[in-house]
Amino acid sequence: MAILTLTINGEHVSGKDDESLLDIARQHDVHIPTLCHLDGLSDVGACRLCLVEVEGQSKLFPACTTKPQEGMVIRTDTERLKKYRRTIIELLASEGNHQCAVCVVNNHCELQNLAYDVDLQYVRFPYLYPKKELDATHEDFVIDRNRCVLCTRCVRVCHEVEGAHTWDIAGRGIDCTIIADMNQPWGTSASCTSCGKCVRVCPTGALFEKGQTVAEMEKQRDFLKYIVHARQKREWVAEQIEEE
Amino acid sequence: MSNVITIEPVTRIEGHAKITIQLDEKGEVRDARFHVNEFRGFEKFCEGRLMWEMPGITSRICGICPASHLVTSAKAGDDILAIGIPETAEKLRRLMTLGQWVQSHALSFFHLSSPDFLLGFDSEPAKRNVFGLMEEHKDFIRRGIRLRKFGQEIIELLGGRRIHTPWAVAGGVREPFDEERKARLLAWIPEAKETARMALDVLKKIHEQYAHDIPNYGNFRSLYVGLVSDDGGLEYYGGALRVRDGDGNTIADKIDPRKYYEHFGERSESWSYLKFPYYKKLDYSRGMYRVGPLARINICDYIETPLAEAERRIFKAIAGDVEVMNNSFYYHYARLIEILFAVEKIEMLLNDPIILGENVRAKAMINKREGVGVCEAPRGVLFHHYWVDSDGVIKKVNMLIATAQNNLARNRTVRQLAIQYLDGKKLTDGMLNRIEAGIRCYDPCLSCSTHAVGQMPLHVQLVDAANNVVDEFTR
Ligand code: SF4
Ligand code: SF4
Ligand code: FES
Repeated sequence: MAILTLTINGEHVSGKDDESLLDIARQHDVHIPTLCHLDGLSDVGACRLCLVEVEGQSKLFPACTTKPQEGMVIRTDTERLKKYRRTIIELLASEGNHQCAVCVVNNHCELQNLAYDVDLQYVRFPYLYPKKELDATHEDFVIDRNRCVLCTRCVRVCHEVEGAHTWDIAGRGIDCTIIADMNQPWGTSASCTSCGKCVRVCPTGALFEKGQTVAEMEKQRDFLKYIVHARQKREWVAEQIEEE
Repeated sequence: MSNVITIEPVTRIEGHAKITIQLDEKGEVRDARFHVNEFRGFEKFCEGRLMWEMPGITSRICGICPASHLVTSAKAGDDILAIGIPETAEKLRRLMTLGQWVQSHALSFFHLSSPDFLLGFDSEPAKRNVFGLMEEHKDFIRRGIRLRKFGQEIIELLGGRRIHTPWAVAGGVREPFDEERKARLLAWIPEAKETARMALDVLKKIHEQYAHDIPNYGNFRSLYVGLVSDDGGLEYYGGALRVRDGDGNTIADKIDPRKYYEHFGERSESWSYLKFPYYKKLDYSRGMYRVGPLARINICDYIETPLAEAERRIFKAIAGDVEVMNNSFYYHYARLIEILFAVEKIEMLLNDPIILGENVRAKAMINKREGVGVCEAPRGVLFHHYWVDSDGVIKKVNMLIATAQNNLARNRTVRQLAIQYLDGKKLTDGMLNRIEAGIRCYDPCLSCSTHAVGQMPLHVQLVDAANNVVDEFTR
């Protein structure tokens, strides 16, 4: 492991070579919006909200999956990036069916917060209103694919943390969708342990507990930190993490 | 290939109430139609959603009585879960329902209807509104605004937000009540009671002043439908359905609200998006019924609160021997009696120790594939009927709203007013004002009718026997 020096938004900062640009930015209180990233899960660079500019490169890089290099000069808040981020949120909004006012996670939703962050007043693209499937066959949980942003957090937490690998992605483009097991009703899944981790990590109202009503569902995501810490460091005490 | 000719309602004007007055060969009014061109397709929109979300979704149907849809939807949910809800939850839902009555009735009487009465039907149109009233009847209108605020505050304090609150849920309500909010609401009671009585006094003077006009405002026999409590009292949340005819005979009683569809049918007409419900046991031509305040006061045997009961007796005395008031102008009177009742009853509910109970929500899974919720919304009895699959996903929705149920009677009222006030082949302001007032008796919850400020936007056509438009008026 080596310590590298780089520049973020004109400030000299240092970071470890096995960290991501996102980690380093956060350590230095530089805010970069994210959606698919969640502390404790691997990164896949799916949502592209964390894109940053690297001097000397025309291409943009997702901060969550890019490793630092000595002398890298990075910008996280240019007009171009702001425009892209706004466009991504607009496309996400127009592609699903996001009626926040009647949504279970209204006021506790990461997508909604991102929309506030970019000051999304209207969407320039036509809404597609795809008729995606709502699956309420599981005894305790529901997946409403109309609100899914395909961040794959559910897929990763189920595979990486719970070890069940119930969720997968099927289809391409607009037909891309989250499926359970062999694309069957969730309630019939043999692999699902009903642990509820996917429900908690889902940033939107796509996964929720059955019986929850409008704006009632708040997601507790801290559990992930404890589990991952315990597994990696073989320490099972929650307080220690809180102190850190 | 066959020719399909689509006739677009080109005359439709957004947010306007369109009325056609049809003349016969002799130039006399044959029919009058109040067209409803609004259609929000809510029932279809709900399909595929979860039963638990329905209170939140359906309370957005209407910005005027969201709490009534909320409570009715939650009741349909209770039915699907097949559970009884905690006593406290029922009392809280009752409280909210009455808050909605006060809020909505106050709007109807003080803001929308009283400018006609107090400033006169033939007064200058630009002033015949709430602002005109502000000039001349400042105290009256100020008290009305405060009364409405009281109703709003009940909804707000219970639900957390003034409108569109998803606070009632299948199985009960989301949060218990507390002492502090109770005290805040109790503090309103003396003033609210006083305002309700003041309004009744004013209305009685109006009755005298317009004694000549009033018989023309939808004065005909019809059926009356609504909920009554188990022993026949005025009801707003529970109980069973009663049908009474225009001669005072109870022709059906203790109908299980869940079986409403066995008793009430709906007919579509090409010229209106709003369907025409009727009482099925009689045919379409005789099955016209009215719902809402007039119906509720007509069908109940008593009111459980003393001040409102005393008024009900006066109402019955005016109605005469048949003890049924067949004149739609008396919707206003009935509405004010109901405000008084609501205020008295709210006080009783607030003082009931059970209202502060901690158990407010019962949980259960889907135990039935079908559920009906019923409640007396301010404008009349409201039904929500849901069909779900075993996971609680909505397969079908049927809603029967008050404004639709009054559709036949409202048309009949417009016709009666047209016959009375049409002078030759010209539409006059005075006549339009009276038609507007006739429609307002029913307090329909259409966007055109609820412009809180100023006149109802009207588009009236006078059509002769050969279907030529002989006069037209838009405002
Ligand atoms: S998931 Fe979030 S953005 Fe989508 S409808 Fe729900 S609250 Fe709105
Ligand atoms: S269901 Fe939720 S967690 Fe899974 S991909 Fe969709 S938005 Fe992400
Ligand atoms: S957070 Fe980096 S791509 Fe989604």
